Amino acid sequence: MTGLGWHLIRGYAILVYLFMFLPVAVVVLLSFNASQFGSFPMTGFSFRWFVELANNDAILRAFRTSIILGLLTALISTTLGVLASLALVRYRVPGANLVSTLLIAPILVPEVVLAVALLLFLNFLGINKSFTLLLFGHVIFTLPFVILVVQARLVAIRRDVEEAAMSLGASPIQTFFQITLPLMLPAVLAGALFAFTISFDDITGTLFWKPGGVETVPTQIFAMLRNSISPEINALGTVMIVMTVGLPLLGAAIARTLSKKSGL
Amino acid sequence: MSVEAREARQPWILLSPALSAVALLLFVPLLFIVVYSFWLRTSTGADQVGFYLDNWQEALTDAFYRDILLNTLKIAGITTLVCAVMGYPSAYFIARSRGNKAMLLLLLMLPFWISYIIRTMSWINILGVSGALNSLLLSIGLIGEPIQMLYNEVTVILGLVHFLLPFMVLNIFVSLDGIDTTLEDAATSLGATRWQAFLQVTLPLSLPGLAAGGLLCFVLGAGTYITPLVLGGPTDAMFANLVFEAIITQLNWPLGSALSLMLLAVLAVLVGIYNRYLGMAQLMKGLG
Repeated sequence: MTGLGWHLIRGYAILVYLFMFLPVAVVVLLSFNASQFGSFPMTGFSFRWFVELANNDAILRAFRTSIILGLLTALISTTLGVLASLALVRYRVPGANLVSTLLIAPILVPEVVLAVALLLFLNFLGINKSFTLLLFGHVIFTLPFVILVVQARLVAIRRDVEEAAMSLGASPIQTFFQITLPLMLPAVLAGALFAFTISFDDITGTLFWKPGGVETVPTQIFAMLRNSISPEINALGTVMIVMTVGLPLLGAAIARTLSKKSGL
Repeated sequence: MSVEAREARQPWILLSPALSAVALLLFVPLLFIVVYSFWLRTSTGADQVGFYLDNWQEALTDAFYRDILLNTLKIAGITTLVCAVMGYPSAYFIARSRGNKAMLLLLLMLPFWISYIIRTMSWINILGVSGALNSLLLSIGLIGEPIQMLYNEVTVILGLVHFLLPFMVLNIFVSLDGIDTTLEDAATSLGATRWQAFLQVTLPLSLPGLAAGGLLCFVLGAGTYITPLVLGGPTDAMFANLVFEAIITQLNWPLGSALSLMLLAVLAVLVGIYNRYLGMAQLMKGLG
């Protein structure tokens, strides 16, 4: 397609891309600013804010909390999600549509409402604001995403490979671990990565569930913003950008290599 | 047990962990706050169990809550509109581009992966008193003093648009990409101009995607409280901020329950209307 209209659309789209990327680019740029204020003008290039970051105990603690929380969330969410996706893709489940909607429900409910309901109910049961509550919250919030991602990939796996294994004498359990699981691995990894990233980034629910004194990386940034925007926050932002953009790209690359190896 | 019965049970065994999680961590808690919203938080801080309508009366009749609810719907509505206006041409560009579509889409979806709190606070670097825009205007002599551009309703909407635009673009793209481009060619060969062909063929066919993106933007926008806290002023609280205040600051949990349910009810009506006319399948397409 050519013509003036198309040029206008392209120009418009470029502006939208700039709108999306410019603020993020400025965060990265300012994180290398030598000035002691987190703002313009740039006074020189420096790594000092990254060094300060690495020496900031509160931030390191927040990173540890976020990573442990993210890994446990990914582990539990992916296990539950993969089992449910297998059932939905591989079996004729009566009322499959209703079941799918129920499983997706946690993202249809506004996160604030989910956060309040979970906090008050578990508190009623005697589970106060704690790491456990955070973990429960993150699992229920990430589960629908895992199910959506895993289900989409599972559909693509051909059943006849499994049937061939079974007809050659493999038991259902052998077939699962030697055929199905390796074929599913990219889907499982994609789901886990999704769960980890969403958990790592979550702040809306986390602020309700976290006990006093415990911070995840986003809540730590939020607390630091209360004062003013320091160059350290920009440096932390750069680290987060590298992590959240780098990890999925890495995951996609691993998934591609794995699926190539398995010959699909 | 017969083989058939075992076959029939297997999917439910696989589904039971996830379904129990959703039941115990979402549905039962939601039912619980329905009950809780009729309890009373007494001045001693203890809950008085019973059936009191006080919280609901306060939530539904207090003009303060009503105004903020209306303001929240307004902000979410404007945000959705801006997302549609910015998102549609961009999605159209990606869907009809002869270049690498997947790459173009991935590029626009990239910010989706970048931390929400970082993206929100990044606007302080741009619009703050010592931010990029003020520095630029000062250096070219357009202004003599830095202007405070932050902490108002416009910056809240700006932050929300920046957060939600990828959802809109993705949904519109999915539906535009599924439209056979020869339809538009057929229309033009029958005498329609390109613009007419777009308005009468492509646009109507892509409306489901636009609606799905719009619903997501509206619901996510209306449920946020972080963006107003970071980019809004003292008077820019949204409804979710009231919930946060009631639950975390005032510790009035029964009132917080009633307010949460009010927000849920308003948004559920919207989702219900959407589901009635378009069905959930379109939404799932955009999410997967």
